[in-house]
Amino acid sequence: MAHAENKYYIPHGTKWPIIGSTGLFILFAGVSVWLNGGDATLISLAGAGLVILMMFLWFSEVIDESESGTYNVQVDKSFRMGMFWFIFSEVMFFAVFFGALFYARQLALPWLGGEGNNLFTGSLLWPEFESEWPSNGPANVGGDFESMPAWGLPALNTIILLTSGVTITIAHHALKDSKRGVLAVFLALTFLLGFLFIGLQAEEYIHAYQDLNLTLTSGIYGSTFFMLTGFHGMHVTIGAIMLLVIWLRCLRGHFTPKQHFAFEGVAWYWHFVDVVWLGLFIFVYWL
Amino acid sequence: MQKINWLSRYGAALLVGLLGGNVLQAQERSSLNMPVGVTDVSQKVFDLHMLILWICVVIAVVVFTAMIYCMVKFRKSQGAVPSGPSHSTLAEIIWTVIPVLILVSMAVPAARTLVEIEDTRDTEMTVKITGYQWKWHYEYLDEDVGFFSSLAADSNAARQLGSSIDPATVENYLLDVDNPLVVPTNTRIRYLITSNDVLHAWWMPDFAVKKDAIPGFINEGWFEVNEPGVYRGQCAELCGKDHGFMPIVVEALPPADYRAWLASQKGAI
Amino acid sequence: MSDATTHDTHEHHDHGPDRGLMRWITTTNHKDIGTLYLIFAFVMLFVGGAMSLVIRAELFQPGLQFVNPDFYNQMVTMHALIMVFGMIMPAFVGFANWMIPMMIGAPDMALPRLNNWSFWILPFAGVLLLSTLFMDGGGPASGWTLYPPLVLQTGDALPFAIFAVHLLGVSSIMGSINIIVTILNMRAPGMTLLKMPMFVWTWLITAYLLIAVMPVLAGGVTMLLTDAFFGTSFFQAAGGGDPVLFQHIFWFFGHPEVYIIILPAFGIISQIIPTFSRKKLFGYESMVFATGSIAFLSFIVWAHHMFTVGMPLAGQLFFMMSTMLIAVPTGVKVFNWTSTMWKGSLSFETPMLFALGFLFLFTIGGFSGLMLAIAPADFQYHDSYFVVAHFHYVLVPGALYGAIAGAYYWLPKWTGYMYDETLGKWHFWLSTIFVNLTFFPQHFVGLAGMPRRIPDYAVQFTDFNAMSSIGSFGFGFSQLLMVYIVIKCVRGGKKATDQVWDGADGLEWTVPSPAPYHTFDDAPVVK
Ligand code: HEA
Ligand code: HEA
Ligand code: CUA
Ligand SMILES: [Cu+2]
Repeated sequence: MAHAENKYYIPHGTKWPIIGSTGLFILFAGVSVWLNGGDATLISLAGAGLVILMMFLWFSEVIDESESGTYNVQVDKSFRMGMFWFIFSEVMFFAVFFGALFYARQLALPWLGGEGNNLFTGSLLWPEFESEWPSNGPANVGGDFESMPAWGLPALNTIILLTSGVTITIAHHALKDSKRGVLAVFLALTFLLGFLFIGLQAEEYIHAYQDLNLTLTSGIYGSTFFMLTGFHGMHVTIGAIMLLVIWLRCLRGHFTPKQHFAFEGVAWYWHFVDVVWLGLFIFVYWL
Repeated sequence: MQKINWLSRYGAALLVGLLGGNVLQAQERSSLNMPVGVTDVSQKVFDLHMLILWICVVIAVVVFTAMIYCMVKFRKSQGAVPSGPSHSTLAEIIWTVIPVLILVSMAVPAARTLVEIEDTRDTEMTVKITGYQWKWHYEYLDEDVGFFSSLAADSNAARQLGSSIDPATVENYLLDVDNPLVVPTNTRIRYLITSNDVLHAWWMPDFAVKKDAIPGFINEGWFEVNEPGVYRGQCAELCGKDHGFMPIVVEALPPADYRAWLASQKGAI
Repeated sequence: MSDATTHDTHEHHDHGPDRGLMRWITTTNHKDIGTLYLIFAFVMLFVGGAMSLVIRAELFQPGLQFVNPDFYNQMVTMHALIMVFGMIMPAFVGFANWMIPMMIGAPDMALPRLNNWSFWILPFAGVLLLSTLFMDGGGPASGWTLYPPLVLQTGDALPFAIFAVHLLGVSSIMGSINIIVTILNMRAPGMTLLKMPMFVWTWLITAYLLIAVMPVLAGGVTMLLTDAFFGTSFFQAAGGGDPVLFQHIFWFFGHPEVYIIILPAFGIISQIIPTFSRKKLFGYESMVFATGSIAFLSFIVWAHHMFTVGMPLAGQLFFMMSTMLIAVPTGVKVFNWTSTMWKGSLSFETPMLFALGFLFLFTIGGFSGLMLAIAPADFQYHDSYFVVAHFHYVLVPGALYGAIAGAYYWLPKWTGYMYDETLGKWHFWLSTIFVNLTFFPQHFVGLAGMPRRIPDYAVQFTDFNAMSSIGSFGFGFSQLLMVYIVIKCVRGGKKATDQVWDGADGLEWTVPSPAPYHTFDDAPVVK
């Protein structure tokens, strides 16, 4: 019996997962050895290469299938739901780091300064310390530093990301209205803005390390600052690469006004990255 | 055979231990139940423990009786045919509301005890306890007295892998130290606790005190010992390889004896 | 056949699986993947169990007989990590894979290739984790809770263990996404949410718990990694951090985690008790509601693991009371199961025996949990063997019994043959006697003052520990019986009917035994 149009699509066996798992294993083992002071750069790179290769080939396969019309509405919906809940899990990942930031600011630092039921923590252990934000802790870990002001590069980056949120929406509407030219232009704009953001972020890091003595080792401020912005930056990078990929696909004529899961998935992801940035801007830079 | 012996021995001991728990004297420690301890707080905690234990036992008896009844009464092999209902709103309301009431009856005394434990005001003296891998340091604030307290030498010898010393021959095996913490009885004592390296926890069952030692922070609490004696406990937070070998011993002396001890300590320095 | 780029446009529905090793490596079939999960979990039961036997052997008598204290701590840590992440969670994911599509009338999981990856990450993560035992400084020895600063003293094993946790998390998240999407998007026409079998409901809620808390754990261990290797100060007071922060993060994950472990077991029990009572599940809607309530509450009780860290009074009160509340929906479940048996027509095949064992012994574990929730009393219980007794009652005759019961229940459907009923009953009775012998005495030593995570103890705890050790070996070796029973059943035996159990109800019992490789080519109609 051939596949009827609305029958469920069951793929045959796939070899990508085992390759991906092997890659991840090599990558993590390599990085672990490296962290322990061994020399495993090549191994780690090989592992990472394998993972990237696997993703490339796996996605190509899915894209081919999608473009050849193998998928039906139900599969499309499964993909969407999958993407949605994946993003939810990412939200929870960022929530931990925000949680750490709030905990440090609202609880740990005041306690170290002797507040609440920690009178003696302050008076016996850290008599010199007064709790304030930003802080690198009672032992002035990492030495004096300046915090990152909100209204320079970060504000500019906020504008950039917000704009990119608009451009991708325009592109989305263009896709739905079959205006392929507009689509290509605005999608290109979006990922260019994304890469611009990453560039400026790099600039900001250099500034922090060179001029402000603000580093990953600058106590709890440095820790939360770099972890939050760093993981966000990583996600922007991934998002921008995904945007680039769907842009190339658009140029090749992929996606229809009705079926364009990949486009939507990337757009959701991009909005998610955007919203996280707003949180960062408010809680890390501004307040 | 051996096992059966144990079962009968402990079956009986179990009943005595649980039923008679309330009347156990402080010094004769049950090997089945929580010690009543020698502070007002430990007494309250013990009572609370017995209360919730009994509530659970009673609920268990009711619930298990119902289950066993079903298992005996409604057997297919006895020709039972399924006829019971598959829902009953009334029943469901009842078994939601009753547990809530039971829980409230536990929460109220628990909250009261908790408030009392956490009230660290009006203490008469302060000791600072610091955890180290793997010993304790005690410091009498404002008295200029302080010392380390580690596992007693005979226990330490016996506990080595392949020592071939029978632990049963060592008095207070693993529960003895070189320098116990000495405190006066009938005195409200504040303890401050912190750590020098990793987490530890200071656990003295007879006082119902357990508090974590956290590097960089100081936790506080209090106890007031009613009866002179030697009390034993252990570190209660995993702190590395010798976590099992950092006991706590507190010697409670009548205030006069305590003052004499304190004076001798000051002389020693 | 491994040429995965040629996709499936030819007829496939009546040809069987591919042959050889590649079948298992490349499979996208939910039954194959479910089988892989179950086999993996079964192997890990023995690996983690062997570690617990090292623990129990050392604790048979006071004094150090076999292992040094550091290795003992590694065993405790690895035992727990393997049992929780390598055994019980994969076991239930295996059940989910096998049964959910069959129960909701779907041909397969929604994202079959992702499904394959979710599984195939596991063995690699397992190797990464187990390999640490052979490294400089040995495996992680900080307990499965990985508390800093102690965990930062781990030797070379630290990054390996952390990355293993990351991989396990990735696997769980992908698996959960798949389960959610399958349940929400793949149900047969007419299979409304409130017609779904309880097992499907419990897994839907479990999957949500998983995607909510696994990333939290991942973030937490990432901070451990950067504290250890990149000089951050999340858990160091000197830099303005706090070691207790990690505990909050860990338990924000860890408490929902214990319900992640128990909810699928609840689901299985909710299938089995009605079958062998020959009655519908009592109070289906309230069961669904109770499951949801437990899941919700599980997010706001985490600090009951931390009553002794010196939390402000208000925090202790809040976490005490919210924890106690969980007894209410759990009680609803227990009462509903009991009422299902009420005026039923009961028979006691092996799955039912294990389900009843669960019902009694889980309840005991729940009661000790409730006692632990009472903060002032927990000052005495905390980090003593009373806690060890509590959680083994809910984990072993709780979760593990749930899994074993499920295995017996569905084995005929999976293999097409009946398992050996006599041996199954032996397995139950031996397990149940020994599991109580192992864990019941631990209540007493705990109350009498024996701390957990110690390789050696004061002599007054000797007798109970000896009993416990004997029990553990008895329980462990009783499980070898199950290996035999399963292998025997796979090999052959009495043919199973489609319905298998006369009281069984649900779509999975309408298809042949063994279930065909692709269960539903045409969606079944659910009235
Ligand atoms: C499957 C896993 C599982 C389950 C289901 C539970 C269920 C519960 N647990 Fe448990 N718990 C663990 C696994 C689990 N736990 C683990 C692994 C640890 C230790 C982790 C570590 O430190 O390593 C732990 C530790 C732990 C602690 C910390 C102890 C300490 O370290 O000091 C506490 C404290 O509150 C607790 C409480 C509870 C409660 C209240 C429940 C409730 O959900 C139980 C509810 C059930 C019932 C109460 C019984 C049935 C109800 C009725 C019949 C209704 C009528 C009853 C009444 C009104 C009383 N658990
Ligand atoms: C689902 C989870 C799970 C399960 C199933 C178990 C099962 C068992 N556990 Fe475990 N345990 C935990 C989760 C679990 N545990 C956790 C979370 C901790 C806390 C860790 C910490 O403190 O950090 C813990 C801690 C823990 C301790 C406390 C250690 C300490 O604090 O010092 C002990 C001690 O008795 C113990 C014993 C056992 C025993 C005897 C079993 C038995 O049920 C196991 C049965 C045994 C088998 C099934 C093995 C069969 C093997 C053979 C027959 C040998 C043949 C071997 C091969 C073929 C390889 N466990
Ligand atoms: Cu110190 Cu455990
Ligand atoms: Cu919990």
